[in-house]
Amino acid sequence: MAFNEDNWLLRVRNLTKIYGEPNDRTLDLTGPEFGSNICPETESIVACADISFDLYPGEVLGIVGESGSGKSTVVKMLYFDLEKTYGSAWLKPYNDGLLDILEESNQRKRYIRNTLMGMVYQNPRDGLNFGFSSGGNIAEKLIMAGQMNVASIRERASDLLNKTEVPVQRMDNRPGTFSGGMQQRVQISKAIANNPPLLFLDEVTTGLDVSVQAKVLDLIRELQTDLGIAMIVVSHDLSVIRMLTDRVMVMKNGRIVESGLTDQILQDPQHEYSQLLVSSLL
Amino acid sequence: MNILEVNDLSKVFNLHILNNKKIEALSDINFTMQEGEIIGLTGKSGSGKSSLMKCIYRTYLASSGQIIYTSKDGSLDLVKADDHRVIELRKTEINYCSQFLSVIPRVTAVDVVCENLFRIEKDKDVARTKAKEMLEELALPAELFDAFPVTFSGGEQQRINVARAIIASPRFLLIDEPTASLDARTKDVVIDMILGLKQNGTSVLCISHDEYTLERLCDRRIDLQFGRINEVEVVE
Repeated sequence: MAFNEDNWLLRVRNLTKIYGEPNDRTLDLTGPEFGSNICPETESIVACADISFDLYPGEVLGIVGESGSGKSTVVKMLYFDLEKTYGSAWLKPYNDGLLDILEESNQRKRYIRNTLMGMVYQNPRDGLNFGFSSGGNIAEKLIMAGQMNVASIRERASDLLNKTEVPVQRMDNRPGTFSGGMQQRVQISKAIANNPPLLFLDEVTTGLDVSVQAKVLDLIRELQTDLGIAMIVVSHDLSVIRMLTDRVMVMKNGRIVESGLTDQILQDPQHEYSQLLVSSLL
Repeated sequence: MNILEVNDLSKVFNLHILNNKKIEALSDINFTMQEGEIIGLTGKSGSGKSSLMKCIYRTYLASSGQIIYTSKDGSLDLVKADDHRVIELRKTEINYCSQFLSVIPRVTAVDVVCENLFRIEKDKDVARTKAKEMLEELALPAELFDAFPVTFSGGEQQRINVARAIIASPRFLLIDEPTASLDARTKDVVIDMILGLKQNGTSVLCISHDEYTLERLCDRRIDLQFGRINEVEVVE
């Protein structure tokens, strides 16, 4: 199978998020060379700027950087949780990648997110409805994508819980009665319910104890190898990045300072900040 | 046909966090490699052997020069090739076997070996059977097949590492010290396996300090000294 550069799944160009009222010098006065993402003239905050990349089918891309570097903002804009300020994104399975998904109507955005994307948040409360049972949470995602048959929805939900090793007999319990690791696995079940080609993972193992972390990471790896889902993995933890990703973008003060193959970034980082980050690895 | 052509390659590490200290690892590296050839890369510790290998695999970014690789779909410069193209080549043609085993935790020995094979052989049981046969040949105790290699001895890890690198018959193999911590008998098995790959057309660049391995394996040697090529000699 020859490599085809037109084969991208997600294409992102100049994605930018600014809070407040920027002026035309805001982007020039912020970023890693200033050590800040706050514009000194307008006090507007550049959460991220000029984010461009291509993601290929089945590829796992990491975004790494310190808190406040803009990593989560990038995926939240792509999942339509946040409005972009500037920039465009195209998703191949949606109208053959011809329409900028960030410019679509809210109704179309809901359709895209329910059928072609999944998101797993750091906090399960952001991804799950704690008023519904765990099965109900998965059912919600299936119904949003147009499934109607109650029996097949229930069957799919139990398959997914099985796959993610959540005891199926707890399908009718609410996530609030689950441990943190189990909640995270229910969230993953919900995110992959409609077999999306693209999954966003935002600090999904942060705050879990190590043995639970290991189980969640193993599950994510299984999804990669068995289902070939493309993923964007946001993490400040380089061990997670090393284990899961093919390629990585390093962010600081809202900008990408370096991107490359994961082993290259870890063994031969070029940018001063990436070198500092790698040298801080335990 | 040349499978690899390295032109004026250099590598300088620029360590920003150590007051911009510069370390010159490689300079003026020029050589070509024929398809199906086995080249031994020799030289003292620190002479740049692993750096050269890592530049070819793109774990290191070369500072200048070219690494022209002739893939099945045409030639490209690995120094400048798009990341996605390199990822694709790593999955389909080029394999790198480092000196020490690095594995994903909680994956069994057999599945570690199958890592590359699973991409070609979709029937996992068929792949696992092939891996077990290879590990048996390498005299790895059968009770270790389903254990996690992190806990293995150096020699056991080495055999897992080599098996993983060669099981899927890569087109181009970069292999760092494949026989270093092996006993004489297992050493011969590994050498025979690599020679078997050569018969199927694989080109191999092999780092070794072991005269016996080099003698049995290599068509030619490239000796590095302080990051430069010292001499190129042909083994009869």
